[in-house]
Amino acid sequence: MLKKDHVLSWINRCYEVLEENRQYLTKLDTAIGDADHGNNMHRGFKKVHIQFETLQDKDIGAILKSVAMTLISSVGGASGPLYGTFFLQMGTKAGSKEELSPKEVAQIWRAGLEGVKMRGKAEPGDKTMVDVLTPVVESLERDVEAGKSLVEAIDQAVEAAEKGVQDTIPLIARKGRASYLGERSKGHQDPGATSSKLILQALRDSLS
Amino acid sequence: MKKLINKPDDVIREQLEGMQAAHADLLKVNYEPFYITRAGGPVKGKVALVSGGGSGHEPMHGGFVGHGMLHAACPGEVFTSPTPDQMHEAAKAADGGAGVLNIVKNYTGDVMNFEMAAELAMADGIKVQNIVIDDDIAVKDSLYTAGRRGVGSTVLIEKICGAASEKGYDLEKLSALCRTLNQNGRSMGMALTSCITPGNGEPSFEIGDDEMEIGIGIHGEPGIKRDKIKSVDEITEMMTVSIIEDKPYTRKLKEWDFGKNEWVERELTDEPLKKGDKVIAFVNSMGGTPVSELYGVYRKMAQITDKFGLKIVRNLIGPYITSLEMQGCSITLMKVDDEMIKLWDAPVYTPGLKWGK
Ligand SMILES: Nc1ncnc2c1ncn2[C@@H]1O[C@H](COP(=O)(O)OP(=O)(O)O)[C@@H](O)[C@H]1O
Ligand SMILES: [Mg+2]
Repeated sequence: MLKKDHVLSWINRCYEVLEENRQYLTKLDTAIGDADHGNNMHRGFKKVHIQFETLQDKDIGAILKSVAMTLISSVGGASGPLYGTFFLQMGTKAGSKEELSPKEVAQIWRAGLEGVKMRGKAEPGDKTMVDVLTPVVESLERDVEAGKSLVEAIDQAVEAAEKGVQDTIPLIARKGRASYLGERSKGHQDPGATSSKLILQALRDSLS
Repeated sequence: MKKLINKPDDVIREQLEGMQAAHADLLKVNYEPFYITRAGGPVKGKVALVSGGGSGHEPMHGGFVGHGMLHAACPGEVFTSPTPDQMHEAAKAADGGAGVLNIVKNYTGDVMNFEMAAELAMADGIKVQNIVIDDDIAVKDSLYTAGRRGVGSTVLIEKICGAASEKGYDLEKLSALCRTLNQNGRSMGMALTSCITPGNGEPSFEIGDDEMEIGIGIHGEPGIKRDKIKSVDEITEMMTVSIIEDKPYTRKLKEWDFGKNEWVERELTDEPLKKGDKVIAFVNSMGGTPVSELYGVYRKMAQITDKFGLKIVRNLIGPYITSLEMQGCSITLMKVDDEMIKLWDAPVYTPGLKWGK
């Protein structure tokens, strides 16, 4: 089960990993974007971190929605509305629950992914965060269906995310700023795909 | 990194405080969240023209707030789109009862944030339209990319639409003018050096002393190709001819449909410039290129437009839509009719553009 306390420590862990990886993500965005992705994500989750106390007595849906609103109003760029929508749809799907079954965890990730696709209109293969979120959601759905434990399912999903990140390298970007580079975007890892993987890893960390 | 700054995290706030101190007669800065409005408050009965985007392009957009141009501007972090709450607050502060036109440069982030902002403002009962500017011909197709970027045309459009708002155009008419101007404008940019954002501290790309980037945007990003540096005549010729010979460009842009009450995609095709067209010619510095060199560009550009039978009726030369300290320039040619020329000549009184008053 994913308990409310796990969700809280997940959110907090997101802040930590995005702080650790701030420069790394910005460096990835320097190659094929405008050198701000790490700073954007860090600014957003730092704001979430500062308001962390206000999340404590909320249910899971309200926690995630509150994270969403903070991200929307502080991240900016493309990733602000996208991750904002991601957490907003997750929160809406989670509703007023205090804990989620593995199946429900897969469902909220699915809702988050669909939100990102609706807002940004990216499909797998466009070299965006969708290239990580899609295999992650598919892996989660497959494993919970097969009756695996939440930790096992998320471990598998982290592997899928890792592969998804690597698979963005040879792609030509078709969405976002990197798309202006055309062929020149080949050979570079997508920053947003990478931050999506970090967010999933943060969830994994919160369970151990 | 060598910059005239204190702490990188304080750059935006401190520079806004400087603008406020310098231009208290023209504008008012709001700090929580960041947005800039005209000093006199909303203009009753006139459509409020709002724009915004990442910082680092000064004087755009904040420097264009004032009589005859913008009613409000939202600065984001350096090179990062501002957020919907800023835009929403700016719309509320600027609305004079006749609605709000958001001028949005075509970048994934700006478009999505302004869409969310428009939805928030509409929920408050404010009539809002978003018109997206996409004039950068370096981006060839819209099917496999995020589409052409919004660059130089934005400055000309903010000036002309600002005058139209003063003249009393309603939201629909102003939106139509904005859309037409966007379709009439074409730009291309190039860089001799990259630039350094304060938050990042390192150049956005490496470039040799004998190299240049062609087809850059305004965010310190590399362009569509790297070349050996050439003479100003050769560079200007390449850019000007590319603009003039640019093929019809078709793409879909989202606008609000007031009948259906939802976002709809409008398919628009820009027709190339043709002999006899009247144009405004805009030679812009990316920040680090001196005005003297822009005149070198203008000289050659004017010879070429002349050869193609285009008539430059007005011009603008200087750093207006910049990319921090980047050396480089962009050229914009915008086809205009007599009404647009009149609007261009109308008085404007902002920190960045002032004439006729
Ligand atoms: N349309 C889109 N759909 C999904 N993800 C996108 C889209 N456009 C961009 N992205 C993601 O956003 C990331 C860039 O985020 P960021 O640098 O914060 O914003 P910006 O591109 O505005 O500077 C990209 O690496 C990509 O993964
Ligand atoms: Mg970026």
